Amino acid sequence: MSRVEAGAWRPVASLEALRARAELNRDLRRFLADRGVLEVETPCLASAPVTDLHLASLGSRLETQAGSRHLFLQTSPEFAMKRLLAAGSGPIFQIAKAFRDGESGRFHNPEFTMLEWYRPGFDHHDLMDEVAALLTVVLGSRRAEKLSYGELFETSLGVDPHRASAAELAEAARRAGVDWGGEEPEAQDREVWLHLLMSHCLEPGLGLKQPTFVYDYPASQAALARVRHEADGLAVAERFEVYVEGVELANGFHELIDAAEQRRRFEDDLALRRRAGLPEVPLDEFLLAALAHGLPASAGVALGVDRLLMLRTGVEHIRDVLAFPIDRA
Amino acid sequence: MATYTTNQFRPGLKVMLDGSPCSIIENEFVKPGKGQAFSRVKLRNLQNGRVLEKTFKSGESIEAADVHETPMEYLYSDGEKWHFMEPSTYEQYEVDEAAMGEAVKWIKEQDSCDVTLWNNAAISVTPPNFVTLKITETDPGLKGDTSSGGSKAATLETGAVIRVPLFIQIEEVVKVDTRTGAYVSRAKD
Repeated sequence: MSRVEAGAWRPVASLEALRARAELNRDLRRFLADRGVLEVETPCLASAPVTDLHLASLGSRLETQAGSRHLFLQTSPEFAMKRLLAAGSGPIFQIAKAFRDGESGRFHNPEFTMLEWYRPGFDHHDLMDEVAALLTVVLGSRRAEKLSYGELFETSLGVDPHRASAAELAEAARRAGVDWGGEEPEAQDREVWLHLLMSHCLEPGLGLKQPTFVYDYPASQAALARVRHEADGLAVAERFEVYVEGVELANGFHELIDAAEQRRRFEDDLALRRRAGLPEVPLDEFLLAALAHGLPASAGVALGVDRLLMLRTGVEHIRDVLAFPIDRA
Repeated sequence: MATYTTNQFRPGLKVMLDGSPCSIIENEFVKPGKGQAFSRVKLRNLQNGRVLEKTFKSGESIEAADVHETPMEYLYSDGEKWHFMEPSTYEQYEVDEAAMGEAVKWIKEQDSCDVTLWNNAAISVTPPNFVTLKITETDPGLKGDTSSGGSKAATLETGAVIRVPLFIQIEEVVKVDTRTGAYVSRAKD
């Protein structure tokens, strides 16, 4: 390795921030242990990654007598934890390292810390209540507000995110002043417009006075959440996100437990990945076998611990809460 | 032609946008909980100084702008163009009024300026942070009044008008901060 810049060996986070992290971890563990949630550990490396079109896994090579094998660093501990649930673990949590290629910025570091927990018998509303209670304990937050994804878009942008055409969504983005530097997304690409409106026009205003929960996402954004059909036929995903001071802090699901449906979603993801020219990835057959065995009806949530620490210590950049951000790793 | 993808965006990077060279001021990586990531980029148009805010889908690329800054000596003005010379090659460049911008207020012959070139043509001129210029016109102030905080207008040899303390007289040479247009001190001989 070539010599490094003077002082680059030093941590970026202050000693105070390192102490604040230790205290936060203690508070998180105590909160969950007091509620009878068991702390577990699962491997960071896995034989199969997530299939999500918008998540890029990092990898590593394992050398064995049988030859070398590509392993993926987890983008979250979800698959392994679900295998524990299927094996009868009961409620579990983990404070784990997660890795996402290409994600760097004020709120992103390619390696980060996630608190993930699962509650058999809960639905997404029960789990939102528990996340709200946790935020009250660790951030001193006020009572949280809850808004459905549909309500949020209707009240803030005047569009129905479930039914509006891509052209109507594009028009809402233009009204909000979004100006494309590169190519404008294709007119039929509703998903990109929804993601754009959410991240540019809505998120910065969420959770300013109290934590804001957004729930019941479009079925197209279900990821690993159950899809429910409303009386009028509208399909919504039982998924939620929570925002504090404009920062997306956690994502939760009323978990999909149907193995066949899970396999179908994986296959759909693979088709999208092929169309986007992304590398082929194997499916996690361990997870699918666990689902086939039977996962108890559960809700689960993943919370960004570094972001939580940023909010708790009032810093502007994720670097300030990391001992060694990626450029010093 | 060289290109940059969004994950290479950083402050100071020079890129082409809608046919104009721009400098990136700020790049924010934005990603909703699940879904498409974006780059929200603030850029300065190097031709007119205007600041723009643009959104890119993560992974998109844009063309690099062949822009660099180089120190040059200001030679003279012919009234329409300002002439500069690159001191190591003696190559001369002419700069029009739009590209000169505010610099015309502060520089005199032989001053060294940073000239920004795009495809080898000058598009902007940054004067030295501090210049020393002679006062050509100002009201006679109170002699010996060096303490009171009052100020008055004074015209410099370049034609620019600045505020100076009351004790400064015509023909005196003063030091000016070109970034703020503020009087700093009497120039020391």
